[in-house]
Amino acid sequence: MTDPAATKHGPGRILIAVYGVFALAATARAGVQIATKFDEAPIAYLLSAVAAVIYCAATFALAKATPVSRKVATAAIAIELIGVIAIGAFSYAVPDDFPDATVWSHFGQGYGFVPLLLPVLGLLWLRRTR
Amino acid sequence: MVYALVLAARNKRIDWTVLGVLGVVEVLLVAQLVVGIVQLSGTDRDVSGPFFVGYLIGSLLILPIGAFWALAESSRWGAGALAIACLVIPILELRLHDLWAV
Repeated sequence: MTDPAATKHGPGRILIAVYGVFALAATARAGVQIATKFDEAPIAYLLSAVAAVIYCAATFALAKATPVSRKVATAAIAIELIGVIAIGAFSYAVPDDFPDATVWSHFGQGYGFVPLLLPVLGLLWLRRTR
Repeated sequence: MVYALVLAARNKRIDWTVLGVLGVVEVLLVAQLVVGIVQLSGTDRDVSGPFFVGYLIGSLLILPIGAFWALAESSRWGAGALAIACLVIPILELRLHDLWAV
């Protein structure tokens, strides 16, 4: 398949739907956390905001499905994978720095480990529709 | 919520029945928003207001966006995408319940 639009069809439809859910959830969560209690755990909440931006970028880039947006999606999802592994590992290693949870702490345990699975599926899907 | 989930999980192409049920659910969600805010303003429980209202409003967005996204794909994958959107509603309901119970 060489048609970049294939990214948003078939199983990609479901992948993008899940990304959309996480984009919305992460944005709402980060927004409320930063607006109401930023002083309690600024690092965790800033990371929440970063995660939200990455989920939004990945969702829109996947849904746009042009050659350029596929590159953006690949970059966003790669950062997402690194982020979830790094934050997941840090949150176990130094729990004191994470008094409040982010989407990615403990490898996304609070979200059924979907945040850990999602970037893997996303990268596989981008590879398959290349 | 469960009824909409069951319909979508049958993984058919999206038809008017499913859309009708989703419309009813959406109306119920709007009612829930109104009732939720009224109860929140009248309760002396230690409920986190911004989060509670955030979830109430967020739950309104899911189905219209999901339906819009799913209708553009007239295959089983479209219905699957809609099923994802429907799956989110009970999760949000559980979170709302947890927030209220604190």
